[in-house]
Amino acid sequence: MQQTDIAPAQEPQDQASIELRGVSLAFDEKLVLQGITFDVPHAGTAVLLGVSGSGKSVLLKLILGLLKPDSGSILVEGGDITPLSEQELNRVRKRMGIVFQEGALFDSLSVYENVSYRLREEGELGEEVIEERVRQMLGFVELEDAIYKMPSELSGGMRRRVAIARAMVSQPAIMLYDSPTAGLDPVTAHTINALIVKMRDVQHVTSIVVTHRVQDALMLSGFTYSAEEQGLRPVTSNNGGSQAAEQTQFLVLKDAGIYFRGDRQEILSAQDPYLRRFVR
Amino acid sequence: MSYVKRKILAIQDGTYLLVNATRALVTPPRYYVDTLMQLDVIGVASLPIVLLVGFFTGAVLALQSYRSLERFGEVGILGQMVGLSVVLELGPVLTAVVMAGRNSSGIASELGSMLVSEQVDALRAMGTDPLRKLVAPRLYATLIMLPLLTILADFVALVGGYFIALTIAHLTTSQYWSSFYQNLDYHDITQGLVKPLMFALVVALVGCYFGLNTTGGTEGVGRSTTQAVVVSIVLIIILDFLITQFLIGIGFA
Repeated sequence: MQQTDIAPAQEPQDQASIELRGVSLAFDEKLVLQGITFDVPHAGTAVLLGVSGSGKSVLLKLILGLLKPDSGSILVEGGDITPLSEQELNRVRKRMGIVFQEGALFDSLSVYENVSYRLREEGELGEEVIEERVRQMLGFVELEDAIYKMPSELSGGMRRRVAIARAMVSQPAIMLYDSPTAGLDPVTAHTINALIVKMRDVQHVTSIVVTHRVQDALMLSGFTYSAEEQGLRPVTSNNGGSQAAEQTQFLVLKDAGIYFRGDRQEILSAQDPYLRRFVR
Repeated sequence: MSYVKRKILAIQDGTYLLVNATRALVTPPRYYVDTLMQLDVIGVASLPIVLLVGFFTGAVLALQSYRSLERFGEVGILGQMVGLSVVLELGPVLTAVVMAGRNSSGIASELGSMLVSEQVDALRAMGTDPLRKLVAPRLYATLIMLPLLTILADFVALVGGYFIALTIAHLTTSQYWSSFYQNLDYHDITQGLVKPLMFALVVALVGCYFGLNTTGGTEGVGRSTTQAVVVSIVLIIILDFLITQFLIGIGFA
């Protein structure tokens, strides 16, 4: 991985970056989430595990304000976003980036236009600065050569990497990943996970990662990005570990609630049969 | 949810689309480039089929009218008959139906695909209002292009009628065109231009409504597309009757 000079996100450290308090949501008669309560500290990582349909993606959309909860509150950097209007939410969303499951790149726009979209919308930077920033981000995800390609010309893994670049381009303090490795081969999945670790350790962003692959979760909590080696290295007691990796918490969703919440060691040593099915 | 409740909610959603798309006209941000692109996609690209349909509609109308008028020895009013039928009814309605088949479906499938692939969520996540970015440009483009296409369709339909008048009815050029021109008044022209504006609202909003309410993945996109076309055409036909009745009621026709 190449070194970049991307500035770390600035954020007050004395409050949880994201906090959910008793969040519940139902679609028609179906209860999707009930009484969800957890928080993610600044620069911390939460890995949401659960089977399909357990409400993981819905949770991300709630945090982003794309959906409103039926009850409970969602605090982003200390502010409750649940009563906010769409315009007010847009100000909060500027602090967040999201990578959707299939990338959700705009089909009619090139890679450059996709990645630069947010900066152009904000209208605060000139085209030269935007181009420089886009090239820098595409360098970060190692896709400089694809800058003028259309999304239809990209592989699944490349689309996810462009989606990461698009989410990162405005230097958000919070990154949300919705199954970023779903449907990818192990090598590409490793590349995506490495990018997430690199984001976390280089930019110190708060991350919430939805996945049903426990391998992804273990990689996020077991590796750290080394600027000297320009790559990942395992977290060990000998190399001082990584605060970010150690702060990784695991949440398992089941039956509309949080079935398990703990750290890497706790989930790996859990004897609960349901949790063993994930860890196995 | 009951059938009636669903229909009331659909009307509410459609009104919401219209109000917010209209608000986007007077408050920033405005998406001029998107509107220009939609003018091309919705308007310019529809031109060949609208002209083709217009020409042959005028021709077949003239052919049928000629057969009837010949019995009463009134072939001389062929231009008037074709002209008024085209300007008042066939031009606006057929152009709108063609646009519904081509553009309500196109809008519904495009927006539906964007919705199921989470591109609409991605827009919102990046601070863009989908109503301004997606609905407003399509609505404005249809409102501009449908009346223009209707005028062109009316003209080529008259030319189609003229072709039959010359070759089969053996009328002279001045017989055909003066019969049309002398019997056309401003009320007819106004009526022929009010209708496309109303139909444009239907074509664009129905397409956007079904596209943005797509559920059920790619299968749902197909369903939305079909529903958009069917509902658009039905609404156009009903609206045509209501507008005509209203204009007659206020003494405008």
